[in-house]
Amino acid sequence: MAHRWTNDLTHDDVTPKSAYMNRRQIVAGMAGLGLATIAPKAQAAAETLDPTPFDVITQYNNFYEFGTRKEDPARYAGSLTTKPWSIKIDGMVDNPGDYALSDILSKMTIEERIYRFRCVEAWSMVVPWNGFELKDLLDLAGVQSGAKYVAFETLYRPEEMPGQRQPFLEWPYVEGLRLDEANHPLTLMATGIYGKPMPNQNGAPIRLVVPWKYGFKSIKSIVRITLTDKEPPTSWNKSIPSEYGFYSNVNPKVDHPRWSQASERPIGGGFFAKRIPTLMFNGYEKEVAGLYEGMDLRKNY
Amino acid sequence: MTDRLNTAIRKTPSWLLYLVGAAYPVWLLYAGVTGGLGVDPVKAMEHALGKAGLQILVAVLLISPLRRFTPLNLLSWRRALGVISFFYILLHFLVWMVLDVQILSQVWADIVKRPYIIVGMASLLILLPLAVTSNNRSVRKLGPKWRKLHKATYLAVLLGGIHYIMQIKSFQYEPYVYLIVIVGLIALRRLPKRQMRRPKKGALQRAV
Repeated sequence: MAHRWTNDLTHDDVTPKSAYMNRRQIVAGMAGLGLATIAPKAQAAAETLDPTPFDVITQYNNFYEFGTRKEDPARYAGSLTTKPWSIKIDGMVDNPGDYALSDILSKMTIEERIYRFRCVEAWSMVVPWNGFELKDLLDLAGVQSGAKYVAFETLYRPEEMPGQRQPFLEWPYVEGLRLDEANHPLTLMATGIYGKPMPNQNGAPIRLVVPWKYGFKSIKSIVRITLTDKEPPTSWNKSIPSEYGFYSNVNPKVDHPRWSQASERPIGGGFFAKRIPTLMFNGYEKEVAGLYEGMDLRKNY
Repeated sequence: MTDRLNTAIRKTPSWLLYLVGAAYPVWLLYAGVTGGLGVDPVKAMEHALGKAGLQILVAVLLISPLRRFTPLNLLSWRRALGVISFFYILLHFLVWMVLDVQILSQVWADIVKRPYIIVGMASLLILLPLAVTSNNRSVRKLGPKWRKLHKATYLAVLLGGIHYIMQIKSFQYEPYVYLIVIVGLIALRRLPKRQMRRPKKGALQRAV
């Protein structure tokens, strides 16, 4: 079932600049009167949700399978073969097996989702993804009642992924979500950007997108999905547990040990781009805060 | 051949070294503004300046071992290289402060709170008095103290190498290679001094 969630702003209903400029001036005026709190924060953020240019999204990537520099994935990911592609779905599911990507896609409705994308390194983009909800895929596999977590695994193919010949991380890259996070309508399996097939450097042919979590949770080039009742290991947590936790929700109030997470640098704004404040749950607080009610987010970073 | 090279090195006017040194940040700024540094020019410039500063400091450490173990004598370039490295590292700090972090309260919070920033700042602060006293008048005025003061270079370079390692995510070779080279170059200075003594001119002639 597609379209459980829709953007507050899409290409089709872009606010005319003059209109939002006027609204902004009103907000600014209210700030002067000490009434700024009346303006809903999420709405203010949505007004400026302009997608980052395609060239920027595809030339500035963290995909250590192809090297640790931002330009490495664009340079070296060309060698990756993504056809044929299948995803092994196993663990606590009724229908385990190797699912051919073409078979999966024939059953899914692809929709566009314009999401904020916030890297743990304190930079950000706005990406118009194309994809389907992870929940639809999980429903296809039939999640058994005891399952509590979903584990993901990236392709391991060092002959095509030069970074995997280096010990940057323990390969293959693995990630995980709690089942309720995986079933959330915001959680996307993305197959494209800007209506084009997913570029190799962005995680072709299919990747996860969890917009309220730091980017490294959104695992790329997925070959395996496992349903389990135990919290699965995650790559960055294994590498530096004191800096990267299982949850990794975007949170401006909980700093990375080595830098502040209170603000972010939008990529693509050039040499003198201004920093912008980071929003709680990357601006998706309304949608996802309920998932973490009663949890100490400082401890569960 | 080496003699002619050494003479050329000695005769290089220092303004030429400073001119070449200044060209790099100017080029970086130009490339950054015109898109030549990729989609994140601020980080690219910040990292390039820090790395170039560290590389020149390593080169400075290399000068005396080169003199000791090879005929090459770059001693007359050392002061200019040291001053240029200081300016690169100062610019590295300024780019971080003004273009990257931007918010002054956050800059200050990082300086007092983040270990890798503290180590980097310490290195810069150690280099400051060295750069200020890199002139003939200071050498005359400070006398033997000048040499002692400028030995702080070792600590500054070491801290620079550690700062580089502290800011990486996951395992990468490069910063460790830098640190090993730095420690190695400092350790070379601890080799017994008598190996350093060159045969006296007279002795050499007699041997021939």
